[in-house]
Amino acid sequence: MAEKYLMKGNEALAEAAIRAGCRIYFGYPITPQTELAAYMAKRMPKIGGVFVQAESEIAAINMVYGAAAAGKRVMTSSSSPGISLKQEGISYLAGSDLPALIVNVQRGGPGLGGIQPSQSDYFQATKGGGHGDYHRIVLTPASVQEMADLTGLAFDLADKYRVPSMILADGTIGQMMEPVEIREEEPHVFEKPWALTGTQMKRPHNVVNSLYLDPEELEQTNIDRFARYAQIEASEARWEEYMMEDAEYCLVAFGIASRVAKNAVVSLRAKGIKAGLIRPITVWPFPKEALAKAADRVKGFLSVELSMGQMIEDVKLATGCRKPVALCSRAGGLIPGPDQIIAAAEELAGGR
Amino acid sequence: MAIVFERPKSLTQAEFHYCPGCTHGIIHRLVAEAIDTLGIEGRTVGVAPVGCAVFAYNYFNCDMIEAAHGRAPAVATGLKRANPESIVFTYQGDGDLASIGTAETVHSATRGENITIIFVNNAIYGMTGGQMAPTSLPGQVTQTSPYGRDTKTAGWPVRISELLATLEGPEYIERVAVNNVKNVNNAKRAIEKAFRNQVEGKGFSLVEVISSCPTNWGMTPKQALQWVDEKMIPYYPLGVYRDKSKGV
Amino acid sequence: MTKNILIAGFGGQGILFAGKFLAYKGLLEGRQVSWLPSYGPEMRGGTANCNIIVSDEPVGSPIVFEPDILIVMNRPSLDKYESEVVPGGLIMVDSAMVDREVERKDVSAVYIPATTLAAELGTPGLANMVLVGKLLKECPELAGGDIEAVLSKVISARHQDLSASNLNAIKKGMGY
Repeated sequence: MAEKYLMKGNEALAEAAIRAGCRIYFGYPITPQTELAAYMAKRMPKIGGVFVQAESEIAAINMVYGAAAAGKRVMTSSSSPGISLKQEGISYLAGSDLPALIVNVQRGGPGLGGIQPSQSDYFQATKGGGHGDYHRIVLTPASVQEMADLTGLAFDLADKYRVPSMILADGTIGQMMEPVEIREEEPHVFEKPWALTGTQMKRPHNVVNSLYLDPEELEQTNIDRFARYAQIEASEARWEEYMMEDAEYCLVAFGIASRVAKNAVVSLRAKGIKAGLIRPITVWPFPKEALAKAADRVKGFLSVELSMGQMIEDVKLATGCRKPVALCSRAGGLIPGPDQIIAAAEELAGGR
Repeated sequence: MAIVFERPKSLTQAEFHYCPGCTHGIIHRLVAEAIDTLGIEGRTVGVAPVGCAVFAYNYFNCDMIEAAHGRAPAVATGLKRANPESIVFTYQGDGDLASIGTAETVHSATRGENITIIFVNNAIYGMTGGQMAPTSLPGQVTQTSPYGRDTKTAGWPVRISELLATLEGPEYIERVAVNNVKNVNNAKRAIEKAFRNQVEGKGFSLVEVISSCPTNWGMTPKQALQWVDEKMIPYYPLGVYRDKSKGV
Repeated sequence: MTKNILIAGFGGQGILFAGKFLAYKGLLEGRQVSWLPSYGPEMRGGTANCNIIVSDEPVGSPIVFEPDILIVMNRPSLDKYESEVVPGGLIMVDSAMVDREVERKDVSAVYIPATTLAAELGTPGLANMVLVGKLLKECPELAGGDIEAVLSKVISARHQDLSASNLNAIKKGMGY
């Protein structure tokens, strides 16, 4: 086993991106993702890579659009207000079928909000965010190790399906340090015959574009893209189950919320309540099947979130509202503590 | 029989959609001729704007990408940084470059990105039907300045070449026009130089081309070319605003 | 063994660094660890705190809601966090900076004028490490280990000359 280092989540993600073959980064400063950009600024010039501090998040995502079109692994990172600004470019990436990685180290909102951790960009991340019919693959790390591990995966999935992918983290996961092992792996290489590398006078010109004034043609690009989305939904949903074998109550939480929820599961079991946890690792595609299966067995669900309740809608949809779904959440940058989760679970179980 | 005039290789066979009398066609041709002359078609990547030239990707034979409104210099930055061996140009109008995309224009210039920008200034938003542009002249009547551009409420036209020439970053900035043969020949030289600069690694080059829009100006093509001479050029003087290697 | 540690004080007192030392020490001793800083617009002088968990089990929540060990380097931190310490827990106070005693009777309280002791060493900025030294003495589960090896990990390569003064400060705390 390789040596483990203590690294911040933001730094682990940056290093993992480099190991995954990313040599191009465009960003703009914002708390609490700053370490990620700083790490790239330090490393990229030493390894022949590109770091540009753009004039805005809008410029940064459009630089990503250009570099992705050139066929290179490229990423940008920001936090909630900056991610809002990037939505235009993300919609263009999706509409032009370009792979790229966008990292959102979330903070509380709306508006300028705060700088403390949040998960309140869930809707924005999973339901589109920008204009038009589209999705992106959204991965939600719950540890510094996963900040590293999911980054390589996010690049691979983006390249495989020609979609933008997103790491949806939060201020806690970005700022905390944990031991991390960053694996030495050869980056996976994908053929990109569509890339704008110049015709070299050997092929017709490539065009990267999302403009189709003929509605039938535009509809067809949407239909084709959604066929790919269906494949992604069928094969790429990822989740972790914790103490679910005999669980009667299922907590659902991702990212930092899942860490607190795990502690709560242990405490609830000590109190005689058979709790378990389903932790979505991808929130798009949402692990619908896991939730649907759990709905056959458990008596109720508790969605634990750092928002006013966003993922709870997907939990209800996935379970067909066959069992009660309750919400335990804090917003604005606060994190529900184990006591709050335990109380909410006890209330859910109150009718037993 | 000797061929004395033919379509540049860097243009596709597609027919331009531009209005009669519009000078976009001339400027497209000059860009294509520059690419042909320098023999760089195989490694050139063009960035199309949002505006009248939105379909530029159908007309240029090189690899092309369509950018969001105003973002072409950022997209070009991404392309060039990703593949420095590519020759990357943007082709943008005044709304795209001097209004919604001002930040991208200024910052790609100040970074001295080794890209070529063709800036077509016709003092109006053409594609959306003739609204006031950042470069519309004082008093100019448009759909959104129906009583003439009132500088008290709508501000003054932006002189991009002069503005960018205050920066240290750019290598070359020149304003040209295409309203007569002499000016077209001069524009051809300037555009070729803007591409050659990039090939030679000199850095950011922008050619502002004063263009005409008879349709939205409400003039005949001939009147429009005269208006360029009488109204546009006095406000937007032609000339070299920056040529670093010549000490300008 | 699991120790949930909360260190709190002003920004600039080395709160995060002290936490990093404890986390790295745990890591080098083969334990599970997490380190979570407060972060904010105040780079210096504002409030700062740091959550550290050192455990023989995988760390669940990295957020310390109920500390086993609370180290406070200013009065507002004692006022804010005293009530959150688990019964039977440990509160360590820099008595040079905090002008009151711990009110709770169900926790152990340890007082050490860390800022004064650090100043006596000629390194007034190392009160944090004096407190760390005292913690290693007071908490047997955290004692032992190769302190110099830990310092070589947490101090960046270009500041290795500071290793000796840090070691001195830790020893000062251990000897108090």
